[in-house]
Amino acid sequence: MKDYDSPHWEHFEHMADIGVRGFGATPEEAFAQAALALSAVICDPASVREMEKVEVECEAADLELALVDWLNALIYEMAVRHMVFGRFQVDIAGGRLKGIAWGEPLDPLRHRPAVEIKGATYTELEVEREAGGRWRAQCVVDV
Amino acid sequence: MNIDRLERLDACTWRLNPESGMRVPVILYGDEALIRAMDDKVLEQAANVAGLPGIVQASYAMPDAHWGYGFPIGGVAAFDAGAGGVVSAGGVGFDVSCGVRTLLTGLKRPAIEPVKTLLADTLYADIPVGLGSHGKIRLDAQGLDAMLKGGAQWAVEQGWGEARDLTRVEEHGRMEGARPENVSARAKERQRAEMGTLGSGNHYLEVQEVTEIFDAGSAQTFGISEGDVVVSIHCGSRGLGHQIGTEYLRLMQGAAKRYGIALPDRELACAPIESEVGQDYLGAMRAAINCALANRQILTHLTRQVFARVLPAARLELLYDVSHNTCKFEEHLVEGKRRRLHVHRKGATRAYGPGHPDLPAAFAETGQPVLIGGSMGTASYILAGTSGSETLSFASACHGAGRSMSRHQATRTWQGREVIDQLAERGILIRSPSYRGVAEEAPGAYKDVHAVVQASDRAGLARLVARLEPIICIKG
Repeated sequence: MKDYDSPHWEHFEHMADIGVRGFGATPEEAFAQAALALSAVICDPASVREMEKVEVECEAADLELALVDWLNALIYEMAVRHMVFGRFQVDIAGGRLKGIAWGEPLDPLRHRPAVEIKGATYTELEVEREAGGRWRAQCVVDV
Repeated sequence: MNIDRLERLDACTWRLNPESGMRVPVILYGDEALIRAMDDKVLEQAANVAGLPGIVQASYAMPDAHWGYGFPIGGVAAFDAGAGGVVSAGGVGFDVSCGVRTLLTGLKRPAIEPVKTLLADTLYADIPVGLGSHGKIRLDAQGLDAMLKGGAQWAVEQGWGEARDLTRVEEHGRMEGARPENVSARAKERQRAEMGTLGSGNHYLEVQEVTEIFDAGSAQTFGISEGDVVVSIHCGSRGLGHQIGTEYLRLMQGAAKRYGIALPDRELACAPIESEVGQDYLGAMRAAINCALANRQILTHLTRQVFARVLPAARLELLYDVSHNTCKFEEHLVEGKRRRLHVHRKGATRAYGPGHPDLPAAFAETGQPVLIGGSMGTASYILAGTSGSETLSFASACHGAGRSMSRHQATRTWQGREVIDQLAERGILIRSPSYRGVAEEAPGAYKDVHAVVQASDRAGLARLVARLEPIICIKG
């Protein structure tokens, strides 16, 4: 059985597009898991080798806006660097989010990317601490 | 959708009278089956749009409307700048100026059959498609700005196409009022390798056959008859438009608060048209329209090169190019008065009627060709603008079938390989870099496009002219 207390991610339904959702013990963990869900929209994150490290930074005064900004920063880096990512680390302190993404150049034959992501949206956007104590970070992405 | 709150005005027109927070009614178009099948979210979102400042006449949903971002996809709303009207990045969407362009080939179906596989393979080899594909064109900063100002006109000047193409593109191929200086360095960077690429998702290039004519007179004017082969290209402003959408949606979060606009949904973020953010967005969004027009023009040129090699007898002439994610400043008749309004069409196609001054002379009597894309296994349609659509929907019609199933559900229902094999049995060749992408776009994941165009026709939004069925589909 799945351990629902350990960090994990999932996709959720949206008619035209797809929702990404991460769970973790802290907002940082939930954000990193949501980023994995984002990667999984494109390809299997487990198929991505950790060859390069990319750092991004954004504002984090409002956690929900920070989630959208974080995911959009990753979408931008994937687009201009022609990369896919398979692991993430997030730190939030002093109203700033600092994130690291590990990945490699996109190889269409090996990664078989399903779809390109246009942007993260404010639809179904929620960053919340659930009753049981774990954090959930989610939104819909436009593909 | 629960129809209890709606008043039925005729077979295909439904109204939600203003309730709390709404400034104007919502008008939904569609037959009873389509309206009942629509998500309740469509009504909720259209009602939210009806509450935005300066909205004129009504908040509309086309027969293919579905749950979108702030605005429903298939939504049309016009705003008066002088009455505090707003512009919304969400009301245009991420894929600014996504649209359809259809080319005539001068060939009949039998001419394609002997070279069908070669044509499919050559198109797939030469048209950059899918994530990770790059165009051969690299623009420097100056070139990029010229493209953002010049649109398809710029592309033709660069040698991608013919001057006569431009008479068959909205805005004659060049959107006025584009301000490349309002487009961020990040948006420009994201476009660097993407000129002349098709993209992914629901974007495609299809070789199609005209399988039925509904209006012989208009079909003749459009230059199509049964058995003709045409090519349709569906794509938009690529990474540049996506980044502009992302950035201005974010900026408008703050702007709406500053201007005291209450938003029931963050995605509805907007700014007064006459505000600095509003004007900056319009300048950037118009630049993205030019990017989309230039992109479809370059893809046309690549397609012509393929046909010249594989089927030299073909002559690819542009029927029309029309976008379905835009905000345009247009003149419309409202309660007997002509007013200049900012019309948002999010997943809705402009459909100018006969005699509209912005149409090429060739379409003066028929109205504008309205190009409706289907999914890869189903039909696409050509409609024509009607005289009545201006009062019905600010001259707008549907844009496609619209999904009936999420991508997630589609991948659980179908395998990409199986979809490709089944379509091949029906004589339709699919070329795509991704099986999962094909499964996500399986024909069964879309609504019945025929019901959508029929409802558009019955409601008077546009008139059915012809049905097109796919022969080859290059899919991202």
